Amino acid sequence: MWVVPAIPPALFLVLSGILFTIGVIGALTRRNAIVVFMCIELMLNSVNLSFITFSRFLRSMDGVLFAFFVIAVAAAEAAVGLAIFVMLYRSRETINVDEINLLKW
Amino acid sequence: MKLPEIDLCLIAPEIIVAAFGFFVLLVDVFFSKRENKAYLGWISLVGIFFAGALAVTQAGSVKSGFEGMFISDGYALFFRITFLIIAFLTVLISMGYTQREGIAFGEYYALILFATLGMMLMAAGTHLVIIFLGLETMSISIYILAGMMREDKRSVEAALKYFLLGAFATGFLLYGIALIYGATGSLYLKDVASYIASKNLLRNPMLLMSLVFLTIGFGFKIASVPFHMWTPDVYEGAPTSITAFMATGVKAAGFSALVRVFFSALPGFRPDWTSIMWLIAVATMTVGNIVAISQSNIKRMLAYSSIAHAGYILVAFVAGNDLGVSGILFYLMAYAFMNIGAFTCVILLGKKGEENTLIRDYAGIGFKYPLLSAAMTIFLLSMAGIPPLGGFMAKFYVFSAAVKEKFYWLAILGVLNSAVSVYYYLRVTVLMYFREPEREITGLQFSPAAVAALVLAVIGTLYMGIFPSNVLSFAQKSIAGLM
Amino acid sequence: MLIEYLAILIYIAIAIGFALFAVVASHLLGQRKRTALKEAPYECGMTTVGSSFRRIPIKYYIIAMLFLLFDIEVVFLYPWAVVFKQMKSFAFISMAVFIGILLIAYIYIWKKGALEWE
Repeated sequence: MWVVPAIPPALFLVLSGILFTIGVIGALTRRNAIVVFMCIELMLNSVNLSFITFSRFLRSMDGVLFAFFVIAVAAAEAAVGLAIFVMLYRSRETINVDEINLLKW
Repeated sequence: MKLPEIDLCLIAPEIIVAAFGFFVLLVDVFFSKRENKAYLGWISLVGIFFAGALAVTQAGSVKSGFEGMFISDGYALFFRITFLIIAFLTVLISMGYTQREGIAFGEYYALILFATLGMMLMAAGTHLVIIFLGLETMSISIYILAGMMREDKRSVEAALKYFLLGAFATGFLLYGIALIYGATGSLYLKDVASYIASKNLLRNPMLLMSLVFLTIGFGFKIASVPFHMWTPDVYEGAPTSITAFMATGVKAAGFSALVRVFFSALPGFRPDWTSIMWLIAVATMTVGNIVAISQSNIKRMLAYSSIAHAGYILVAFVAGNDLGVSGILFYLMAYAFMNIGAFTCVILLGKKGEENTLIRDYAGIGFKYPLLSAAMTIFLLSMAGIPPLGGFMAKFYVFSAAVKEKFYWLAILGVLNSAVSVYYYLRVTVLMYFREPEREITGLQFSPAAVAALVLAVIGTLYMGIFPSNVLSFAQKSIAGLM
Repeated sequence: MLIEYLAILIYIAIAIGFALFAVVASHLLGQRKRTALKEAPYECGMTTVGSSFRRIPIKYYIIAMLFLLFDIEVVFLYPWAVVFKQMKSFAFISMAVFIGILLIAYIYIWKKGALEWE
């Protein structure tokens, strides 16, 4: 039998925090709309990691269930988002968010 | 094994709204040959009316169900009615507008119903999963609605901006929820509050972080400064009927969840959030009003004004007493009438290929379209806070709540801001009545449904200004279980 | 304890044995002819023309997206399946409602023509 060395839950939370930060920075600095969206998905998935860590640590199932719902919602968001990107590319021939600037004050 | 209790009566209004959403969707695909889609709007109206009637029958009882995840209390009732009124007016103004702009798809009405369903879940959820799912049901529907005008580059751009920033805000909200769960081990609002109180976790860094993240997440939805950047772009680009829906419905739903989460799950952190929200409230009012002055497009001006209104509502949130919270409810209802009314006027003044959304297009329409202009004047004056209109009473309650809690500076800044706002609202009125038109606006077609919405909005605005105590006492009864 | 896994072990042994038998038998019994065409790195189908990074028609995207959506909904079947035996008809009815809603979505995309290839 393998024995998995006990990794302290804090490390998972740190990892989740790092992933979340990478996602935030990526979403704010990247210019391609699809890459921005991928960074946002990274944020959501880092939150899922947190939920599952807490769930295991607290011995409650709520966190795992929340992660399921987040996955489902993220899929729906991805479908709508990619449809918007396709629509955008059809009308503007670009998905660079810097060039999407018809509306400004 | 104990089975979960299921009480479908509890969520009957939600079920009706969802069922009509699916029904509209199916009717549309099975009768896709029909060119005129207005009948789908009428079906939606029937559904909304039904749901409202069912919601009213539940008045007076407080029942919790689904393992305590969902509650049908006065607070939920008030917001259900507010959302259903908003949806009703939106569908009314949409029927002519969608036909005119070539976006008369069956999905349009189905998505409005689904968004309404999400809003209702947000107000009635007492478990963070329900609140999150409601928020996402609403947001995803509205991402699509904002981009409904596929041919219009601005509409597509609005959809993109709203989608990216909305999803970004969702990430923050979720992280906040995860931290609350980690610190307290529960997702029930009541359990979170009692755990924090019993273990004295008021200086727990995880919870303080979650407070910040929740403020960011909800801040995006209610369009408060500094999370307001998307608002003017999205409000300008989206179809006008959807802008009205977003400005009133999404804002009200955001506030309903914000108030419920902060007051029932995190009441111990009141001193912390009061200082954050004080700053946000002042910044939101000031930025909204100052930037609104320099706008030349009326949709953009109303967008900045909606930011400013979020600021006034946050004043009541900071005050946080009984009058403050019932003031929030009153304000959101009054704002729904006057804002949808103003956007209805914007819709009616446009025609296919000629939207007439520049403020100078309003020059001289006062005598050409006297009734439309009179209605617009009522809505603008109400938003400016001139008695005896709904907006005045709303502001009055909000500021007196702040004074009662000794937030004098906040009240003074609010009143000053309100005075500034009179300038840009009156400017439009002055243009309408005292200027010569730069060019003729002719050939407007007033759709009967939109006119009906306009009349309803005028009645609502006047009623809330002249008989405010009826609605206020309803709002005060509604928040009984919350505080 | 470990004896419970014996069946799996036997199953794995049979599976590997059958696969080995098939490969070895065809190697020993089959005949081989070398031709220029057979030596080509890409034997079947048409020869590719141009870059392989070309635009893909949008209908692939729609099918992929619909697949993703319906696929993700299956995530809720896993926790459901775990407790199904204990919750009996209650679980059945709740899942029937869930699948029913998905069915409405399915009818919608079908009638909308999203599944038609031409």
